Amino acid sequence: MLKVDNLRLGFTAGKKTLAAVDGISFSIDKGETFALLGESGCGKSATAQGIMRLLPAAGRILEGRVALEGEPLLSLSEADMRAYRGGRMAMIFQEPATSLNPVLTVGRQIGEVLERHLNLRGNAATERMVDLLRQVGIADPERRLTEYPFQLSGGMKQRVMIAIALAGEPELLIADEPTTALDVTVQAQILDLLAKIQVDRGMGMLLITHDLGVVARMAHRIGVMYAGELVEVASREEFFTQPRHPYTQALFEALPEISRRGLKLTTIPGQVPSLAAMPSGCRFADRCAHVMAVCREVSPPWREVANGHTVRCHWQGEAAEESATRHAVTELDIDPGKAFLQVGDLKVHFPIRKGFLQRTVGHVRAVDGVSLAISAGRTLALVGESGCGKTTVGKALLQLIQPTAGSVKLGGSELVGLKGRRLRDARRHMQMIFQDPFASLNPRLRVGEIIAEGMGALGVETDSTARAAAVAALLQQVGLASEAIDRYPHEFSGGQRQRIAIARALAVQPELLICDEPTSALDVSVQAQILNLLKKLQAELGVAYLFITHNFAVVEYLAHDVAVMYLGRIVEQGRAEEILRLPRHPYTQALLSAVPAPHLDGHAEVIRLPGETPSPANPPSGCHFHPRCPQAMDVCRLNYPTVTGVSGTHTVSCHLVG
Amino acid sequence: MMGFQVVVLWSDILIWLLVAAGVGVGVLIAKTPPLLAAWRRVGANRVGMASATVLLAFILIGLLDSLHYRAQLESKPGQKAVYAIEVLSVLDALAAPLRSRNEKTYSAPFATRLYAKETIDLPGQGTVRDYPRLKHGGKHLGEREDEVAEDAAFTAFKAGVLAFIGWLGVFAAVATVNRKKSPKLKLREAAFAWDAVLLTLLLILVFAVPLFWLSGYYHVFGTDKVGQDVLYQILKSVRTGLIIGLVTTLVMLPMAVLLGIVAGYFRGWVDDLIQYIYTVLNSIPGVLLIAAAVLMMQVVIDTNPQWFSTAAERADLRLLALCFILGITSWTGLCRLLRGETLKLRELEYIQAAQAFGVSSWRIIVRHILPNLMHIVIIALVMDFSGLVLAEAVLSYVGIGVDPTMTSFGTMINNARMELGREPVVWWSLVAAFSAMFILVLAANLFADAVRDAFDPRAA
Ligand SMILES: Nc1ncnc2c1ncn2[C@@H]1O[C@H](COP(=O)(O)OP(=O)(O)O)[C@@H](O)[C@H]1O
Ligand code: SF4
Ligand code: SF4
Ligand SMILES: [Mg+2]
Repeated sequence: MLKVDNLRLGFTAGKKTLAAVDGISFSIDKGETFALLGESGCGKSATAQGIMRLLPAAGRILEGRVALEGEPLLSLSEADMRAYRGGRMAMIFQEPATSLNPVLTVGRQIGEVLERHLNLRGNAATERMVDLLRQVGIADPERRLTEYPFQLSGGMKQRVMIAIALAGEPELLIADEPTTALDVTVQAQILDLLAKIQVDRGMGMLLITHDLGVVARMAHRIGVMYAGELVEVASREEFFTQPRHPYTQALFEALPEISRRGLKLTTIPGQVPSLAAMPSGCRFADRCAHVMAVCREVSPPWREVANGHTVRCHWQGEAAEESATRHAVTELDIDPGKAFLQVGDLKVHFPIRKGFLQRTVGHVRAVDGVSLAISAGRTLALVGESGCGKTTVGKALLQLIQPTAGSVKLGGSELVGLKGRRLRDARRHMQMIFQDPFASLNPRLRVGEIIAEGMGALGVETDSTARAAAVAALLQQVGLASEAIDRYPHEFSGGQRQRIAIARALAVQPELLICDEPTSALDVSVQAQILNLLKKLQAELGVAYLFITHNFAVVEYLAHDVAVMYLGRIVEQGRAEEILRLPRHPYTQALLSAVPAPHLDGHAEVIRLPGETPSPANPPSGCHFHPRCPQAMDVCRLNYPTVTGVSGTHTVSCHLVG
Repeated sequence: MMGFQVVVLWSDILIWLLVAAGVGVGVLIAKTPPLLAAWRRVGANRVGMASATVLLAFILIGLLDSLHYRAQLESKPGQKAVYAIEVLSVLDALAAPLRSRNEKTYSAPFATRLYAKETIDLPGQGTVRDYPRLKHGGKHLGEREDEVAEDAAFTAFKAGVLAFIGWLGVFAAVATVNRKKSPKLKLREAAFAWDAVLLTLLLILVFAVPLFWLSGYYHVFGTDKVGQDVLYQILKSVRTGLIIGLVTTLVMLPMAVLLGIVAGYFRGWVDDLIQYIYTVLNSIPGVLLIAAAVLMMQVVIDTNPQWFSTAAERADLRLLALCFILGITSWTGLCRLLRGETLKLRELEYIQAAQAFGVSSWRIIVRHILPNLMHIVIIALVMDFSGLVLAEAVLSYVGIGVDPTMTSFGTMINNARMELGREPVVWWSLVAAFSAMFILVLAANLFADAVRDAFDPRAA
């Protein structure tokens, strides 16, 4: 149905045009989902925008053909193209928050498409809109039609986006990372919805993603992109059983998984070449484990290895053999010993102020009675969906946010309420690594200054030569060259920046590192490098980690203990094995089953949660989870369940248990 | 050689301090790669560099006009030296012919005769009413009064050719330096927009050299009511405009930056207070506020004549006071902008990382917040400049601007407007003042656009 042939797209920078997508060809049949998989910046979005002819101002279509049902799209006039966009082909974007117009009601935005492409107006249009909203699973659609986007939650916005996309009854749906910005339980809902709609309507779908789990859940065929080129195209079965391109294989091996616990993850060395310096031979050559002389000279041609499975690689071998570098990096059983950080009934309530006099009209209970214990050298994973208060816990531990109540005891001494010098002394023991490596380094300071900042503030290494030596040693420890000292953050990639952030935190020799989703902004292969580094540092220095994340694969790979948070409270806590193998709380069970697994099997019994996390400003009565809990009972609506011990180390807050 | 006494006016000090600060900031920028990269982008912008060249020409005039002295009066040897009451500047000395060759009253550009009829005594013919010959304008022509056009065109052509030859010299110098630095690159492809600078320089030279050459023989822009050369007034207005544009920002900047950052960073009651102040200030019409302040200041100045030894000093202080008042009333916009940006910055993770180390608030502000606001400050400074030059014109027009004895675009326009009703119309003062101001403001605006484009993080 859709045929893309040798498409080349470029972006102009100054007087030069650099090809971001360099000659890719693929086709999508009716009712088929073709997944375009690749790391950020490889040109996936540009391809989608090129097909829709929606490239940003700097973008140019350099060459190639795109045909929908045999009709060439690239030679159409802009006016004709507009009839295609939203009509015969539609697109959904990554960020539901910014892809809806905030000043128009939902009804107006869907109505526009209906009027433009189906010539529907008035009552007929309203009926159709209600119908569409119902199809995408929005309850009470009549009311929603008159609402504005800010009145909808993230998942609902994405549903509305899908409704708008479906309004023109497209034959082809392009979904650019449609669930990346959503929580796992909501992601599961949206993926189900997309899969169902596609089957019902027999649409073709181009699904753009970097998540192998999503691919396994959705795709019929998969195209792997690297540095602007397609390198492998295979059917779902072939792709997951016999990936042939070294890059694809490396992507699989970089995944953190429970089976790799205690082992070093395989990483892909080096970085994607920049657009300006693309090698003439195979673009993966500098990072490939199987590189040969011919690879650097001749760009590999397409080669068919099985029916419908093609690959661009000179190397004819099969799967990668288990490499010798995969040795164990950490002890799995570190003695829990005595906890050195003890958090008791920690609460952080943010006042909601309203009106002219800024009166407090209520509280957002971001953290509402959290108790934790962390012992030296171990990793406690704090898991939960966005907005449940994970980051707030981390910041309250560091006293970056003043806790409303509760205690944080570090080695027996209380931190809450400390001021001035004594607080500063305490800060030496705990540091934080943030989620976004682009926002966590001051762009105006050199790397050396950034790393030395903590030493200066806390009075570690006051002598300047000793400090320079310490900075150099830290850089080496996190795997960066010592020239980095005099460079600025913008010269580094996301993974390298995260290493700098880690070095900065380590500079004051803390015993506890609070890692706030340190890999969620990174690609899988880079994530593997950072996880390896964190494990290595733990083995060498014995630091404990409070690892805040929503990614269960990372938890499985790395954590010794797990605490699951829902709406400001911990609902289940215990050793990683206990929580992951035998989760007792319905929420933990649902979370675990909602994670799309990057395998062919593994979509057996899936628990689907309805709705989304309610607002912590006014949590449901009784068990916070009862409106979404598949096993809710009458008592759940009335009383919050008490903490019940399942084993010596495993506790659950649920009426079902105990 | 006559002696002289150096006079340093307050505004001179400020202007030269600004020059020094400019050089200092330049050195600092050269050491900060991100800022340097942004200025490189400005340097690569053709329109930006062309307007910068024009601005530099204006600044040069302003600086020449900011070196003041009092000339020594003739006195007998042995007596104590006495200095003239009149304070002159280097520009006045250079343009001495322009300054001193006054006519009686209005005369049109390139005129040889006055604009008003007078009763003249002609020897042998009794008295007639006629347009009298000018004392200076076109004097060298003698009887050939009807040859003004030919004479002026020929002189202009001579000067133009000379200017062109001079420009060729500059061009050759730039080209050789460029060749030496990067032999393969043509001037057109150099990273710095040399082509635009040279072209603008050519335009300026080809326009200015003939103009000044001719001004030795004619009043090229005519004369005003008291017979003063309009070209000279324009030259003097430049300094006033520059001081208003630059010194005002100097007053406003520390206030806007400090209050904006403090409000955004500390939040709480400090933020409420600062927001309250600028909301109140913003809701009073600025002109009224300025008018009230200027009138009060005038009273103070008039009741204390003993403070000033010369009229120039009085006018100068009044100018500075005006800058101060303008500064006080115009910090709110930038302050609001900086507060908003600080609010965003303080939530950024590198600030929180610093807080986690216990870095003190002031150090966080100086090290992490201020440098990341610099681009906004620079953009606001350049954008405000032209607005302030225009504001001066408007204020002087309604009579609450600079001292009436001080030449500025505003006072020129104000004086000229009275004559618009005259028949035939006296248009040249107004046109000249407007054109000069237009060129200055346009250049400033174009330069501001280039700076904004280069510093805007979204564009980079
Ligand atoms: N507006 C733009 N201007 C210049 N370059 C761009 C622009 N958008 C994307 N690029 C470049 O094009 C390449 C592909 O980007 P994109 O398609 O967004 O990647 P992906 O979707 O795989 O993350 C990247 O190298 C990116 O830097
Ligand atoms: S062509 Fe060579 S370098 Fe490229 S992926 Fe294949 S083996 Fe590796
Ligand atoms: S207490 Fe009730 S509602 Fe809450 S999780 Fe358990 S069963 Fe579900
Ligand atoms: Mg993308």
